[in-house]
Amino acid sequence: MRASDDPMAELRATFNGECEDLIEAAQSGLLAMQEGSADAETLNEVFRAVHSIKGGAGAFALEEVVAFAHQFETVLDSVRRGALRPDPDIVLLLLRACDGLSDLVTAARDGPANDPGATAPVLTELQDLAVDDQDEDDPGAGFQVTKLSLNVDAPEAAQPDLDPSSYQIDFTPDDVLYALGNEPLFLFRALAELGALEVSPDIAALPEIENFVPGKSYVGWTLHLSTAASEAEIAEPFEFVDGLCRLGIAPVTAPTDGPPDPAASREPAPPNASDPDRQRAIGLTEGAAGGASANGPGTLSPPPPATLPATVRVGLDRIDNLGNLVGEMIIQHAMLAQSIADTGSTRGSGVSKNLEKLSGLLRESQDCVMTIRAQPLKSLFQRMSRIVREASAAAEKPVRFSTEGEDTEIDKAVIAGLADPLMHMLRNAVDHGLESPEVRAAAGKPAEGSVRLSATHRSGRVLIEVTDDGGGIDRAKMFDTAVARGLVSANADLSEAEIDSLLFLPGFSTAGEVSNLSGRGVGMDVVRSAIRSLGGRIAIRSEHGRGTTFSVSLPLTLAVLDGMIIEVAGERLVLPVHAIIETLTLSNDAVDLCPGGKSLTTVRGQILSVLDLGAELGYRAPVETASGAQALVIALDGAAPIALLADAIHDQRQVVIKGLQGGFGRVPGVAAATILGDGQVALILDPIEIAARAADRTAAQFSSTG
Amino acid sequence: MTTVLAVDDSRTMREIIALTLRGAGIDTHLAKDGQHGLELLEDLAPDAIITDINMPRLDGYDFVAAVRDRCQSRTVPILVLTTESSDDLKARARSAGATGWIVKPFDPAKLVRAVQMVTG
Repeated sequence: MRASDDPMAELRATFNGECEDLIEAAQSGLLAMQEGSADAETLNEVFRAVHSIKGGAGAFALEEVVAFAHQFETVLDSVRRGALRPDPDIVLLLLRACDGLSDLVTAARDGPANDPGATAPVLTELQDLAVDDQDEDDPGAGFQVTKLSLNVDAPEAAQPDLDPSSYQIDFTPDDVLYALGNEPLFLFRALAELGALEVSPDIAALPEIENFVPGKSYVGWTLHLSTAASEAEIAEPFEFVDGLCRLGIAPVTAPTDGPPDPAASREPAPPNASDPDRQRAIGLTEGAAGGASANGPGTLSPPPPATLPATVRVGLDRIDNLGNLVGEMIIQHAMLAQSIADTGSTRGSGVSKNLEKLSGLLRESQDCVMTIRAQPLKSLFQRMSRIVREASAAAEKPVRFSTEGEDTEIDKAVIAGLADPLMHMLRNAVDHGLESPEVRAAAGKPAEGSVRLSATHRSGRVLIEVTDDGGGIDRAKMFDTAVARGLVSANADLSEAEIDSLLFLPGFSTAGEVSNLSGRGVGMDVVRSAIRSLGGRIAIRSEHGRGTTFSVSLPLTLAVLDGMIIEVAGERLVLPVHAIIETLTLSNDAVDLCPGGKSLTTVRGQILSVLDLGAELGYRAPVETASGAQALVIALDGAAPIALLADAIHDQRQVVIKGLQGGFGRVPGVAAATILGDGQVALILDPIEIAARAADRTAAQFSSTG
Repeated sequence: MTTVLAVDDSRTMREIIALTLRGAGIDTHLAKDGQHGLELLEDLAPDAIITDINMPRLDGYDFVAAVRDRCQSRTVPILVLTTESSDDLKARARSAGATGWIVKPFDPAKLVRAVQMVTG
């Protein structure tokens, strides 16, 4: 158990976490409304979410959040009551209100945002709607902000030495007072705390035992209280029974001992039994404790079956810790297996069999940890709907945004790293991908552009695609721009895919002018490196006049990797299996070593560049002959594959990824490290970066020599 | 020790209630909606119940009515948490069977006092 140093801070953390969930729930509900797949409960859910945020914000005195949530809730209530029709404009406003509320909650947590007045226009629109619908009272007008303080003071003791006065209290409960769970004894105890109390019952109405009806009120009391408390303080304990009894509180002028002042006596109204809505539950005019069960279960709607799965919230650090431990166990297992093999134990021996079982269990544990860390992409996708909405408004292009496969699960860390690149890709899709409504109309397309975000599982990885139905890439323009920027030579002969991949070059932008949206100094090159740092790849497909698709392929986890263990110059290295298309053993004359270090080979008619890993990583001078070397053909994004030369290929296995931290600088071409079965550290290579560096070098050579 | 069952769909609110009441030495049990509250009710036999109104699955009014409908909790004090103090709302809470009400956001001392008030 962790000792809570600051319960207030913990509460605040709970509130922040809950707000995130609630905003997500509200957003999800509103999106369902937008799609037309909402039912009555959806709206209730949205309402409850906003209402809960308001309630919590009130406890922390977040007045701005409360005021905004209140207006939001008022409009939602109008929709719920049917006074306001949720047409697309209203739903869009509600979605924007949800964004605004999210901003305010974030600002309350992290300090004011750059633009603190940004939510004002939405608030005004909400207020206008609320004014339009004035036929009902504002349901939350009485909501007050009260800052929560955890210093619970005991009720202040009465100070009888301060000029005590005497009061006579006449108290006769109605039957319903008991039915609602009140207890006169407790009232008297509360009064006794205020001063000296004398209680005398009036049992005149008490019947003989055979006529006694349980739940009926037969006894009244006359109390005499000597206290310095005010009349209001004396009345306070009676708050909950007001209207459920006959109550008179009158000061007694002690010395004269005259009759009580009739003006000070109060005769409360009879019990309020006039609410038609809720009459069914407990009869107000008959004793519930006795025979009121007639008003019971028949009218209570059957509760829906419990469908909520049991969940437990744990800190990510604990899961990370578990993941690390499982990783350590996998490494330890590999080392144990190695030691046992060294002792000469045979495959069929008991030790080997048990080791095999242990290996299976460890793999299962690893999968378990992965599923715990995995989260559906849903919340990320929902956040993206806001990005598209804002981009659509800023670019004045109507957009229909759809998502698919949002239940696809992926490691939490991958999701976190994916937000920025995805945001940028979607902004690009709206800003550069889609044409203006006029151009679309001229091309015979619907004025509303379509942007689709989808996710699917594909061969152990997750494929995320951003597709627009815009004009597609204007390759001629792309090529001209690239030439103008000196990125390619004017007579270069590039394939369509090669032209498309120019988009990923640093400093490339085809937009005639830098727009308000995408032009934030971030190009597709930054998107690509962000995706790569997640172990992902990005590719582009485009068809002129039909649209563009960006495909991002990501690993399910950043904790383990399917690695190919290779050997180069006596060093063991790991290459990610997903990057390898095929491996082959080269014969003597397979590689043509060209002057300047560039080597080529032919694989099934395709000419590939060859890179000697040993030389590339600085382990040795370039080899003279590639005879007998192993070639690993590596897939590159939008460019021809290349072949990496290694001395030997050992085996393929899952390796635990260990970051190179602290004392290590960033080594180009090295992604991370792992620990092999014999306890040796092996570097995990980033073959795509190695290839890119070699390509840059070649290009530099060509431009300097040519 | 006084035992209280507190029902609220807001995690923050549940923690605030628990922190407040436990600080005052009240044994506090939490449920996340009316349905969950009913499930806990059987074994718990609380001295008092605190419940929110707006909740999924089973809302506060229906929860109170269901509590009152059960023999062993027919007269247990029930305090309803509301965000408004209108008479109309109090009347609704009462006609469902509630004993009293606490207006959110509440002063913790007041919550403790209200619980002590209805449990003696």
